[in-house]
Amino acid sequence: MSVFDGLRFRKVYSPIHNLDPRIKFVYVIAIFVVAILFYQIIPLLVLFFMQIPFVLLARVQRQWLRSLRGAAFLATFIFVVNVATTYFTSGYLLTAANVENAAAMTLRFVVLVESFSVFFLTTSPDHLGLALEESRVPYEFAFAFTTAVRFVPVLAEEAQTIMDAQKARGLELEKGGLLKRIRNYVPVLIPLIVSAIRRSLELAEAMESRAWGATKKRTNLYLLKLHKGDYALLAITVGILAVAVYVHFFVSIPTIASLL
Amino acid sequence: MIEATDIRYSYPNKVEALKGVSLTIQDGEFVAIMGQNGAGKSTLVKHFNGLLKPSVGKVRVDGVETTKSSVAALARNVGFVFQNPDHQLFSETVEEEIAFALKNFGFQPDVIEQRVTWALNLLSLTQYRKTSPFLLSGGERKRVALASVLAWDPSTLILDEPTIGQDHEQKEKLRQFIMQMQTQKKTVVIVTHDVEFVAECNPRVVLMKEGKIVADGEGKEILTDPALLELSSIVLPQIAQVFTKLAPLGFPKDVIDLYEAKQIILKAKESKQGR
Repeated sequence: MSVFDGLRFRKVYSPIHNLDPRIKFVYVIAIFVVAILFYQIIPLLVLFFMQIPFVLLARVQRQWLRSLRGAAFLATFIFVVNVATTYFTSGYLLTAANVENAAAMTLRFVVLVESFSVFFLTTSPDHLGLALEESRVPYEFAFAFTTAVRFVPVLAEEAQTIMDAQKARGLELEKGGLLKRIRNYVPVLIPLIVSAIRRSLELAEAMESRAWGATKKRTNLYLLKLHKGDYALLAITVGILAVAVYVHFFVSIPTIASLL
Repeated sequence: MIEATDIRYSYPNKVEALKGVSLTIQDGEFVAIMGQNGAGKSTLVKHFNGLLKPSVGKVRVDGVETTKSSVAALARNVGFVFQNPDHQLFSETVEEEIAFALKNFGFQPDVIEQRVTWALNLLSLTQYRKTSPFLLSGGERKRVALASVLAWDPSTLILDEPTIGQDHEQKEKLRQFIMQMQTQKKTVVIVTHDVEFVAECNPRVVLMKEGKIVADGEGKEILTDPALLELSSIVLPQIAQVFTKLAPLGFPKDVIDLYEAKQIILKAKESKQGR
């Protein structure tokens, strides 16, 4: 469950943790858009390395690495599928350009994972809820969202227990070919989903018995305010977007294969 | 036979749950592992079928070191029933649920059929054979979970909190069932907070606190030691409480069995009338 570990918030004080969640979210979306904009490997590499100062500044490098390791399986899958499809559609030719293209697609995925991982690692669920509310998202939706985020670690722990329980009944998760391995997870996923549904019903009852939604207008104890750092990040984000758009339309990006 | 030699275990989050535990459980023994929450009881028993491997020290099950074997191979002899049945039920019918482990262990279809019928019968679940396990009540689901483990007839049975959420009748059935396992020379290990249940069964009791074993001995001895029990946030069984109060009148303190208690009181009554 290392993928979930990479999304688990831990209370640390760092300049990144103190940033306004809304601006951080805008930044993540900007990275997302830029990653989708390019299919060449060089800009994607730049994008990948650009995140590293943020990670170091936020002091979450260990968890961040773990989330990347968690994404490794899917990344490999994307790479293999890309190479294979170009191999079969281009008449059984394995060219450097094709491999590079596949690597770029994989890197695009990794960039998306890493930026979301930084966001979730440095933003507390409370902050997130607050950000949603202040962006005029109805409180019910904001609450549902923060609850979902908050339940990720709980579910991860539960998944571990379920895996243990099934292993104790002779289930071997790592056995068999790819399809068999995927099927091995059915005895883990069904109890996980059932208990998540059961838990949500219980939560709803518990909340209603504590008068959830009794008043229409809610006020908050903490309010979000933009500081210097937030404006700086916003400026950086706009800068990245501007440069990306410029490069996309006016610069022809060489491939590594053509440079060599 | 299960032998744990000076084992230590730390969870990935660096919490050291076991701080040097040595314990030997002989074949055919009945052991209750007790202690407050977070004492390391569940962590310890998860070492017995290899779900956890010790960071330091060794665990041997029937002479095989757990680090040198897979959970699936160990589970063939050591059945483990988890506390919450909802963590394992996933099949469409109770029958398939029970057959799951048997299929994993590679039993033949006719043997599976036979074992499923046997397990259903043993836990009075035959009427639910074709029912979805999710439609059953909590206690019934717990029995399905138990049946799904018993079906492959392991020589050792580990039960994590078996009495939680069970009514008195079910507890009594469970007790009789454990006694029946005992007559078949099976090893039974239970992890529990339920003093009254332990007092009724009178097994060997292993008391844990903060990752260590603080006491190990006969139930009668440990469950009547107020100082020891207070250390582990456990209250005396009710019968022991009564006899502790009666001690100044010359009654023995170490009584946890209802039948024994009755005999002592009757004897005291007779000797008083005789005087």
